Amino acid sequence: MEIFGLPLQAFLGQLLLGLVNGSFYAMLSLGLAVIFGLLGIVNFAHGALYMVGAYVAWFSLEKFGLNYWVALVLAPLIVGAVGVVIERTLLRHLYRIDPIYGLLLTFGLALIAEGLFRREFGVSGQSYPVPELLQGSTDLGFMILPNYRAWVVFASLVVCLGTWFTIERTRLGATLRAGTENPNLVQAFGINVPLMVMLTYAAGAGLAALAGVLAAPVIQVNPLMGSNLIIIVFAVVVIGGMGSILGSILTGIGLGLIEGLTKVFYPEASSIVVFVIMAIVLMVRPAGLFGKEA
Amino acid sequence: MAADIQTSKLARLGLVAGLALLVAAPFIGLYPVFVMTALCYAIFACAFNLLLGYTGLLSFGHAAYFATAAYATGWLVRSAGLPPELGVLAGVVIAAAVGLVVGLIAIRRQGIYFAMTTLALAQMVYFVFLQAPFTGGEDGLQGVPRGKLLGTISLVSQPQGKLFGVLPVPDDVVMYFVVLAVFVAVFLFVRRIVHSPYGQVLKAIRENEPRAISLGYDVDRYKLLAFVLSTALAGLGGSLKTLVLGFATLSDAHWSLSGEVVLMTLLGGMGTFAGPVLGAFTIIGLQNMLADQVGEWVTVIIGVIFVVCVVAFRRGFVGELLAWQQRRANYTAEHAVSKEEKS
Repeated sequence: MEIFGLPLQAFLGQLLLGLVNGSFYAMLSLGLAVIFGLLGIVNFAHGALYMVGAYVAWFSLEKFGLNYWVALVLAPLIVGAVGVVIERTLLRHLYRIDPIYGLLLTFGLALIAEGLFRREFGVSGQSYPVPELLQGSTDLGFMILPNYRAWVVFASLVVCLGTWFTIERTRLGATLRAGTENPNLVQAFGINVPLMVMLTYAAGAGLAALAGVLAAPVIQVNPLMGSNLIIIVFAVVVIGGMGSILGSILTGIGLGLIEGLTKVFYPEASSIVVFVIMAIVLMVRPAGLFGKEA
Repeated sequence: MAADIQTSKLARLGLVAGLALLVAAPFIGLYPVFVMTALCYAIFACAFNLLLGYTGLLSFGHAAYFATAAYATGWLVRSAGLPPELGVLAGVVIAAAVGLVVGLIAIRRQGIYFAMTTLALAQMVYFVFLQAPFTGGEDGLQGVPRGKLLGTISLVSQPQGKLFGVLPVPDDVVMYFVVLAVFVAVFLFVRRIVHSPYGQVLKAIRENEPRAISLGYDVDRYKLLAFVLSTALAGLGGSLKTLVLGFATLSDAHWSLSGEVVLMTLLGGMGTFAGPVLGAFTIIGLQNMLADQVGEWVTVIIGVIFVVCVVAFRRGFVGELLAWQQRRANYTAEHAVSKEEKS
């Protein structure tokens, strides 16, 4: 069977790859949105944290023989702790000034992380094996489904929806949202807002690291993987608007799919299609698809 | 009032000293190609400062215009055989055209979204240059000749003899003074813009955009014009850089250069005239010096400077100097008042 002159298997394969990329966009833009909501900081270091997450996985396997499943827990914890340090020592000085300084500071952090890892590990990628349990593929009749890719999509959907549920449907999330609206009032109710802010940044950092571990077996682990991704994620965030959690998830996955489709039909444009869509969205609907403010 | 006069006296003294140093540079043993490169980046940073420092717009993708002009000039001079002055002019016009398109899209959002939009669109420009057939891909455009200015003055040839019969005339001296002249023109042009009524409106937009709107200014048009002017001047820096070094490569378009120009402006002092120039010389000098000694640590060091600047040094060199002047002037004024009260 063929679709648009392409074997169905290849077509669906590209689509799945787009879905995998879209899952990473969704997880990262989700973290960016949560951090921006509470801290008012656009975290350029998000890509670097994602990269560090992937390296923690690779390093713990290489040096300590800790497997994928351990890394899946360990990396978010370690990177989350790094997030705590960053928030306590640096970001807290910036909450009262223009948000562009937050972007610039985290940009500097991203440069430091990238430089350190490039010095230590070189620019060439390290390959990370697919965990044994998820090797091989499943024949669905109409396509061969690589197990690991299916797992990435499934896991990130669970994480994204879990985050959405926590923020929109639990008491903790309600406090968080109240903190976004009016931190002074929330503080007056006896809630430790600085602690909440710190943990939010740590959680966002952990989320980025988790995405990094999930990505490690799909792509080569290398120091530049974060900055290459973060700029696309910025475009995703501009398209979706940072106002809505579900909005960022949908935009991320949708754009991944569109990118995958472009690879099938017009591969030359696949690296710029997200930016073109961003330009169009800005012309038609400047606040973004799910944005609230004008 | 007295403080103002004092400040401007000091500023004027600094500018004259700086200019004198730049004129003397090739004769006192400073490597002309290095100073020329730094001047090109100083033009770039001045252009960027017009936007960030005086209009309050953070464009996080200014490398795109620098690179667009660098590639355009390189291709036109090398492959189309245009004379250098036309090549530079065309580069500037093309960069401004790209700036106009990006500006039209990006000014639809404010603040942090503006920064992210310009960054994303600059990345798109990067990918276009990566794939386009005329840019030489990963290798870039190499071997761009300098040619003859106005068809007569060669920018490569070495004048013979000694200056005043004593000083040896260094290599590249013609090119050096062409670049210096362009730099001085850009510096004065930016000053002129900022001090014009138009520049005052830009500052009003920076300070309070809703207020500027309610006063009846078409804010979007003012911002767009500032954006296009800034991209054109950024392009001028890129075009000259291609002529000076003889190549244009992908690193001209990379996001890290967009970050570096922010750092130059921030480190020198944004919203000051001399700040970006000092910042550009510091960063380019640092990169030149460090590249031989510490190699890959350069990125880390640039990152650390970034972090320190944002946390503790937001006014930059020139900004701190002006603030110190201001404090001293206030102190003297207070003393004068208390003396008068006593007597």
